[in-house]
Amino acid sequence: MVGRVIKRIYLYLIFLFLYAPIVLLVVYSFNESRSMGRWRGFTLKWYAELFKDTEVLRALYNTLAVAVLSAVIATVIGTAAAIGIHEMGRIKKAIVMNLTYLPVINPDIVTGVSLMLLFVFTKSFTGIGLGFFTMLLAHITFNIPYVILSVMPKLKQLDRHIYEAALDLGATPFYALRKIIIPQIMPGIVTGLLLAFTLSIDDFVISFFTTGSGVSNIAIYVYSMARRGINPKINALSTIMFVTVLALLLIVNKRVSKDNPKPKEDMR
Amino acid sequence: MRRTYYAYPYLVWMAIFIVVPLFLLLFYTFTVTTEEGIRFTLQHINRIWEPIYLTVLLRSILLALICTVICLLIGYPVALILSGKEYSQNKILALLFVIPMWINFLVRTYAWMNLLGKNGVIDMVMNFLHLPSLQLLYTDYAVVLGMVYNFLPFMVLPIYSVLTKMDKSIIEAAQDLGADYITVLKRIIVPLSMPGVISGITMVFMPAVTTFIISRLLGGGQYILIGNLIEQQFIVVGDWHFGSAISFVLTIIILITMGIMRKYDKDYEGGAIW
Repeated sequence: MVGRVIKRIYLYLIFLFLYAPIVLLVVYSFNESRSMGRWRGFTLKWYAELFKDTEVLRALYNTLAVAVLSAVIATVIGTAAAIGIHEMGRIKKAIVMNLTYLPVINPDIVTGVSLMLLFVFTKSFTGIGLGFFTMLLAHITFNIPYVILSVMPKLKQLDRHIYEAALDLGATPFYALRKIIIPQIMPGIVTGLLLAFTLSIDDFVISFFTTGSGVSNIAIYVYSMARRGINPKINALSTIMFVTVLALLLIVNKRVSKDNPKPKEDMR
Repeated sequence: MRRTYYAYPYLVWMAIFIVVPLFLLLFYTFTVTTEEGIRFTLQHINRIWEPIYLTVLLRSILLALICTVICLLIGYPVALILSGKEYSQNKILALLFVIPMWINFLVRTYAWMNLLGKNGVIDMVMNFLHLPSLQLLYTDYAVVLGMVYNFLPFMVLPIYSVLTKMDKSIIEAAQDLGADYITVLKRIIVPLSMPGVISGITMVFMPAVTTFIISRLLGGGQYILIGNLIEQQFIVVGDWHFGSAISFVLTIIILITMGIMRKYDKDYEGGAIW
């Protein structure tokens, strides 16, 4: 099978492209030398320094707290919104979806800058200055559309008749929603949640504009380090995050495949 | 039956955190504070059409377009292969596409500096092979490469998501009726995957056109894209009015792009209902 070999080689090349820089980072986090270009022997000193640095630990805490909170809240609001929008009439749906696309299409930097304007503007009467809370609000805001966009295609592909059959058989609308619609759009919801968590961890631009002095996340910390020339500590930090996230993802993946045995594939 | 009220919390959220901030942005774009108070002006908008700023704008759009096309050309086959018969059982492979996204893009971009830079890995390999060293860092190539590297998963995942949900029996039906693989691809798979492609294009083009980190790290300090310009105005120069005006123009350009994309999405929506 020539086709199969070509496919495999193609995938391997893409994975090489995606992973070579990451592998390089991990390898050099154990490098004795400060510069990344040369290998001067194995060391764990960057990891030791990392755990002594309270600034790094605080940034790490902020990153994870914002990511978890914003992903969960955005998934709840976003999934409900997608179901609601799907039921709307043509014109209302078009208006809401256009507005939904706005923060997605809208550059991060515009979202960040405009939210900064909002938070500075409202500070005088809410008393909430730029900091952790404003960063969380900003993350939820930019995450919701991605959840909606992940769930909407699944809703479009739904077979309405199954839902109607459930209603005919006496299910309440809420029961039918829970038992028929939610399970069918679950891949979209999980994709949305993972995407939201990923985007939150990955975000630098919006956090940069919506947080105040003293409150930083890993990205802002890395940026401030990068301006001074990157420290191998950042390599060590990304290695730890990489391994943790990998372990988490593998657990999640196992759970998902256990919960959804694949009936469709069994039929073939 | 009607569950539109499920969307209400979202609508309220959207009003406060998306609509109001954009109005504030408009306010800053079109006003100037003088001694007599705040008055309407177009001076900030007009400044953008000065040649220095216009060049920056056009270069940003061009690089983002190149990046999007490359991502689509590389990414579509990946999504197709991953969702195909041989790999569809293999969720780990799809997962391997998400994992790089979990590493902060600043770090990922920095890693490329070390690959591309002087005495970097690519340089060392070239030296080892007795080939002339490539000066890749601080060029357009490096910036586009950094963009593609960072945004490729955003193209692959939506397409993959739509392709896996696609009813495979349609493909089998087409094959039973005598269609070869190219025909199936052209007439069935590509049209049905269009919602994913549209999502992918939007998700790649948007961050690519406005990035200021990738251009700063891989393009060098002199390399200015529209994102760098906005950041400069807000953080360094402190001219919130001009910063808002650039952001406003950028938003308008992107809204036009969005309008075009939505039109295509609708065309294919009609086709997908059979």
